[in-house]
Amino acid sequence: MSDHAKPPTIADLFLGFFTIGMFGFGGVLPWARRMIVEQRRWLSAAEFTDMLGLCQFLPGGNIMNVTIALGARFHGVPGAAAAFLGLMTAPVAIVIGLGAVYERYADLATVRHGFAALAAAAAALVLSTALKIAAPLRTRPLEVAVGVVTFLAIAVLRLPLPLALPVLAAISTILLWRVGQ
Amino acid sequence: MSTLLGLALVFAQLSLLAFGGTNSVLPEMQRQVVTLHHWLDAQDFAAMFALAQAAPGPNMMVVSLIGWRVGGLSGALTATVAVSLPSSVLTYLVSGTWQRFRDAPWRRAVQAGLRPVTVGLVTASAALLIRSTTVGWATAAITVACTAVFLMTRIHPLLVLAVAAVLGASGLLY
Repeated sequence: MSDHAKPPTIADLFLGFFTIGMFGFGGVLPWARRMIVEQRRWLSAAEFTDMLGLCQFLPGGNIMNVTIALGARFHGVPGAAAAFLGLMTAPVAIVIGLGAVYERYADLATVRHGFAALAAAAAALVLSTALKIAAPLRTRPLEVAVGVVTFLAIAVLRLPLPLALPVLAAISTILLWRVGQ
Repeated sequence: MSTLLGLALVFAQLSLLAFGGTNSVLPEMQRQVVTLHHWLDAQDFAAMFALAQAAPGPNMMVVSLIGWRVGGLSGALTATVAVSLPSSVLTYLVSGTWQRFRDAPWRRAVQAGLRPVTVGLVTASAALLIRSTTVGWATAAITVACTAVFLMTRIHPLLVLAVAAVLGASGLLY
């Protein structure tokens, strides 16, 4: 038996990603994997992992890149556009709706206090992500040093990212590569 | 320079700098949106980020929201397209030839080199957000408590955000 179901049409791509865009709270990636590999079987697990590798390597939102790579694989530019629009349509509409509600009621003390707390919790979400991805670096002093220098350059010195990122990435790559030799 | 053009330029740049997703470009987004262009203040920026976490969809939603705050519906669409198009074109072009360099030594070296940089960037995002969101002992306590919950339990993040928002709105903390 083949791993694959029949390839998706352009409408399938739109609808498939529309569904995970709607329900993908707190990160869409696990939902995308479930739909693409397990439910609709557009890709095998290995193919999905490979595609995700590309999408994580390139800049841009990982899941956004997945819609482009997957849509393009089956239907070129129209496929990529359909998958991308499927993913984005509902979330963009919902987030603007939330923004409108916020703007309308931002002057109420209750809403202001609720928001201050929500923002503090959202900041905690980023902090916990940072701590999780930092943990594997613990045993590698050189990578810790690169991380610390990056932090200082961006958070303390507030250097522009378009200048800082290429320099930091190049130094880090060369340094780690030479040490690894 | 018109605001829409400004939004387009800022977010198109961020699109190609976002290695490791939205969380790595938040400091630069804040620098551009708050410090350089004065479109929002730092608290408002943090509030938009928080609001975007409460919506479904990709993390990039904060960009649509900032676009909307700055330039209404056309601002939202401009910012969303700008942050998506450059990286999408790149992905489209590269996805066909990925097999050829997937296992190349330089590709692994670059990915390994980017990893600690991403850690530094996401930590910088956290620090800058916390600086804007900490407006007293209550918000500081929420950040500390939620971080502990996110690290030590498997409770869904959305539930944690909702509890925090309700606690805040109830006024119990003030």
